[in-house]
Amino acid sequence: MNTPVLSFTDKGIYCPAGDFHIDPWRPVARALITHGHADHSRWGHDSYLSTDAAAPVIRHRLGDISIDTLRYGEQRRIGGATVSFHPAGHIPGSAQIRVEVAGEVWVASGDYKVSPDGLCEAFEPVKCHAFITECTFGLPVFKWAPQATVAADINAWWSACAAEGRPCLLGAYSLGKAQRVLALLNPAIGPILTHGAVENTNEVLRAQGYALPDTVRVTPDLDPKQHPGAMVIAPPSALGATWARRFRGAQVAMASGWMRLRGVRRRRGADRGFVLSDHADWDELHQAIRETGAEKVFATHGYTDIFARWLGSRGYDARIVPTEFGGDEDIAEDTA
Amino acid sequence: MKAFAALFSAIDQSTRTTVKTAALAEYFRTAPDDDRLWTVALFSGRRPKRAVTTTQLREWASERAGLPLWLVEESYPIVGDLAETIALVLPPPGDTSDRSLSDWLGDLLTYPALDIAARKARTLDAWDRLDATERFLFNKLITGGFRIGVSRKLMTRALAQATGQDEAAMALRLMGDWTPQTTTWQRLVAAPDAEEDDSRPYPFYLAYQIDGAPETLGPPGDWLAEWKWDGIRGQMILRGGAHHVWSRGEELMTDRFPELARARDFLPEGLVFDGEIVAWDGAQPLPFNTLQQRIGRKTVSKKLLRDAPVVMLAYDLLEENGTDLRDRPLEQRRDRLDALLAELPDDANIRASPLIPFETWNALAQTRSTARDRRAEGLMLKRRDAPYLAGRKKGDWWKWKLDPLTVDAVMIYAQQGHGRRANLFTDFTFAVWNGNELVPFTKAYSGLTDAEFNKITAWVRRNTLQRFGPVRQVTPELVFEIAFEGIQPSSRHKSGLSLRFPRMARWRHDKPAQEANTLDDLHEMLALYG
Ligand SMILES: [Zn+2]
Ligand SMILES: [Zn+2]
Repeated sequence: MNTPVLSFTDKGIYCPAGDFHIDPWRPVARALITHGHADHSRWGHDSYLSTDAAAPVIRHRLGDISIDTLRYGEQRRIGGATVSFHPAGHIPGSAQIRVEVAGEVWVASGDYKVSPDGLCEAFEPVKCHAFITECTFGLPVFKWAPQATVAADINAWWSACAAEGRPCLLGAYSLGKAQRVLALLNPAIGPILTHGAVENTNEVLRAQGYALPDTVRVTPDLDPKQHPGAMVIAPPSALGATWARRFRGAQVAMASGWMRLRGVRRRRGADRGFVLSDHADWDELHQAIRETGAEKVFATHGYTDIFARWLGSRGYDARIVPTEFGGDEDIAEDTA
Repeated sequence: MKAFAALFSAIDQSTRTTVKTAALAEYFRTAPDDDRLWTVALFSGRRPKRAVTTTQLREWASERAGLPLWLVEESYPIVGDLAETIALVLPPPGDTSDRSLSDWLGDLLTYPALDIAARKARTLDAWDRLDATERFLFNKLITGGFRIGVSRKLMTRALAQATGQDEAAMALRLMGDWTPQTTTWQRLVAAPDAEEDDSRPYPFYLAYQIDGAPETLGPPGDWLAEWKWDGIRGQMILRGGAHHVWSRGEELMTDRFPELARARDFLPEGLVFDGEIVAWDGAQPLPFNTLQQRIGRKTVSKKLLRDAPVVMLAYDLLEENGTDLRDRPLEQRRDRLDALLAELPDDANIRASPLIPFETWNALAQTRSTARDRRAEGLMLKRRDAPYLAGRKKGDWWKWKLDPLTVDAVMIYAQQGHGRRANLFTDFTFAVWNGNELVPFTKAYSGLTDAEFNKITAWVRRNTLQRFGPVRQVTPELVFEIAFEGIQPSSRHKSGLSLRFPRMARWRHDKPAQEANTLDDLHEMLALYG
């Protein structure tokens, strides 16, 4: 065992045997992409490889790129490495990437959550020797309530606002969170309106066959009065902008794992904060790591130093993956 | 506790004052007497004393959660609040409880009589019967740190709404030396008896900082000007053969400033003064750090009385012969105040804060620029015909402070913020040059916008040199203008000095780190203004 299966470079995760990168942040010749979020899927690589389920969104976001696809579980030989993609349960099409070189298996998790959300392909544990795990919410304070509970809270809030004749404005990232929320809404309560960025993604995903409720795109000439009791789904950045002002008297909420923290809730200035994350919580991280059977664990994307120290104290060979941003991108878009 | 937790959530979830007031008023209408009395107490700063130390609480929580202590402690700066951190790491409760707020508070009041093992057992039992929000509140109460986003004014308004009583009368009634153990909801709020409490102060009238030039206030002849002293705002009450000294935070400070008792030898009964308590050298105030030695000392040694003597500089008279004067124009109150205090000897330890005569705003601006020489922070402008209002109200009283002192300093350490700004880097340590070395001299954590904190946070992540727990050492590159109100010598700081109210005035994008100020510059300021 001379060269490790995967190594960590200033461009991202690299496989010497196959001469490719995983989710690189600088332009490379061959990039394997776990999912379409901006911090994983960047512009400028010569060739892309992703799941067939993730490719439409990646193409939609990056435009004219050269992208090749694999189905979940399908194997591909690249140089001395065999790679395959496995559901990560994070957003539609998202994958963990399994890399096998000479019988040694490493898995790069990308972003993941373990409990199924009913919309995207459910997380699938993959046995491996080494596991590169995200840990965006790798602190024991982060624990999620069951999805059904959060869905009931959101719908109750919507009903109450609709009864008062107020619109609801719910901030959710345009790829992933927005569609997950849409799938949780009870369309019997009222009409559902969407910001353009959300609706563009909806169109791509609907064309792939993901089941989303009917929505109305908010265009400049849309009159909110024509849609009483509406639920409006928009990216968080649109909530404080001029765009949101047309919805007079609206109640504003955010759906994100960060809403677990009162300080973040208050900083957002939202009326409500729904704790709904597409990342694994503290318990799910442990479950996922346990199920891989890996002895070697690399922590990336989050509170890496604390999480790696904790895993180390539990007998794992745990290390921190250096990333471009020093490890925690907790305020970046798409990491909620 | 469920009803109180629901009230808290309603208040905490809303950014609208009207919604908060309505939620409180509804609670005051419907909650049991003991609970609403305690709620009034909590929202007026009458918190129970700390029943356990925060260290004990962390240890018990980590034990109950099955986590090492260090992990709980690493989580704390990220969450930003210990009570919340503990509420979040604990396993879900095994049970629920219908006990009320006052039941739980009653429990906490018995803690001092219990040994540590019993306190721990009770705490663990409570945690196992409370949901996340209730636990958070319980932890806040048990650590004596209960402070949430309800101002006293808002609470008073809600109480007035709920009981159909006058808001000002309600505010007055809530002042003074009561606790939920010494009164009842009936006596305090619902049907207060006529018998007055001799020690009860009036609600303080608070000034706003003037925005822009005083010309906007109209003719100078409508206004009185005084120095704005850098001391402790207080009310001195002479009633019923005793005297009482109250701080603005409604803390009884009578015993802390025994020299103020001298006023009783010279003044009649039935007086209430509003003024500033300052350390006094016989002719003018001593620097604030002299007064600071007196703050927080309940017993005062002879030496301290000699080294840091205090007087009250009175600037308003709220009651005379037992009559409330607050509705009279300031000018009249001021005349009576001056008449009362004019002839007193120096050792009465109370004197009138002098009025500053002026003809034009320009001339007054000249006077203001000499404030530092008078050991004042600037001027106060008060409308001649204004009544004495309650709370912070715009229009009649203005602070016209000196521009702060400033230095340009280099950021060398950054730490994540607390509360509203948890998970942004907002707490910074700043340094100035001493030769080729950067010497830290102050911390600051306010003064910038959220957008700027967002930018700095991204920068800190990319420019971390080393981590020490929650603190990051960063590339010494960013320069900020640090504004502060005063500077004083300090042997506890490597720089040999400390600042009063330091904050970031602006981010100096235009300045390279090499051009930041030096330690010599600071020591020069210390010599001038310290
Ligand atoms: Zn993602
Ligand atoms: Zn990510």
